[in-house]
Amino acid sequence: MKKKKFKVVVKQEWCKSCEICVQICPKKVFVMDHFYSSVRDSNDCIGCLQCEKLCPDFAITVTPIETNDNE
Amino acid sequence: MDYLQYLRKDKMPHIWCDGCGHGIILKSILRTIDTLGWEKDNIALISGIGCSGRTPGYVDFNTLHTTHGRAIAFATGLKLANPKLHVIVVTGDGDATAIGGNHFIHAARRNLDINVIVFNNRIYGMTGGQCSPTTPTLKKSTTTPYGNPDSAFDISRLAEAAGASYVARTTTFHVAKMDQYIKACFLKKGFSVVEAYSNCPTSYGKMNKETGRRGVDMLLYQKDNMVPIEKAKDMSDEELQGKLVTGVFVDRNIPDYTENYSIVKQNSKK
Ligand SMILES: Cc1ncc(C[n+]2csc(CCOP(=O)(O)OP(=O)(O)O)c2C)c(N)n1
Ligand code: SF4
Ligand code: SF4
Ligand code: SF4
Repeated sequence: MKKKKFKVVVKQEWCKSCEICVQICPKKVFVMDHFYSSVRDSNDCIGCLQCEKLCPDFAITVTPIETNDNE
Repeated sequence: MDYLQYLRKDKMPHIWCDGCGHGIILKSILRTIDTLGWEKDNIALISGIGCSGRTPGYVDFNTLHTTHGRAIAFATGLKLANPKLHVIVVTGDGDATAIGGNHFIHAARRNLDINVIVFNNRIYGMTGGQCSPTTPTLKKSTTTPYGNPDSAFDISRLAEAAGASYVARTTTFHVAKMDQYIKACFLKKGFSVVEAYSNCPTSYGKMNKETGRRGVDMLLYQKDNMVPIEKAKDMSDEELQGKLVTGVFVDRNIPDYTENYSIVKQNSKK
């Protein structure tokens, strides 16, 4: 079975650097880049949505990437 | 999920501190509204004053930012004048159980068909961390720097005893449960309450080191100290010290205020 992929985006203008995403993500997708959270590697994301739901600042979006099953 | 469709984007980012749990509760409310497919124009979101009270400023519904403790009084008028509206009150622990305590219990007693989401961070966040009616015994606040000598209200049990149709409690860490409870609350006829333990790193976390000083520490503290209500029934008072008991406290079908009021109206015409 093919692994599902997700696009993880941090809107840095709204990020307040609380580090909730950094510590909560089970796949360590986020790292702090100076003041803001930034995405280390979206490929590791399993789409659990914990970061999206727990970011108090509406700064994270996780969207499934459409993949062609015949690829 | 696209939260932006429900936000007043020109008012963002919001004023809540980094790591504040209030934004997590607001997101759960918006997800639930999205799941239920409610029209924005059919929703009225009402608050009193406090950090929690800032919520209406950020959402693109019909909104009222009222006086401290009085959100439920305004909501009562609104619901009776326009029963088709989905009326949602967001309120802090101080707003709901100190200055607004009587509005809260009497709206529960009347079983008015409104939804109340209590952002319970157990402190007055906005005004600098004073003790609230839900600050736990011996915990610190700026007005009780050596520990709070009072006992705390249990908001969920208070609402249940006062006559609410639906009462559930969760924490800002347990977002899946929060979504589930807020949905049940919104769908329930009668006074429905979801109490969400929220994390206030700036006022509560700063004073009470055991929860951790940062929002993320406080979330993990909630994770570690949460006890489901079913399990709590078999635990002693000592074992429950400092634990966060969560779950559905009551879910019952009883006549709501509008039902009884229409009977009274009919009787008056006989
Ligand atoms: C009549 C009146 N009394 C006092 C205040 C000052 N005041 C503003 S917010 C607040 C308490 C807020 O605490 P809470 O309701 O728990 O909300 P939080 O800020 O923690 O979300 C107080 C006492 C006020 N605005 N109006
Ligand atoms: S949870 Fe949100 S606000 Fe906090 S660091 Fe991550 S992106 Fe920034
Ligand atoms: S969805 Fe889950 S795995 Fe993906 S980035 Fe967010 S927390 Fe990490
Ligand atoms: S003072 Fe507390 S409740 Fe208010 S915004 Fe800051 S963290 Fe949130």
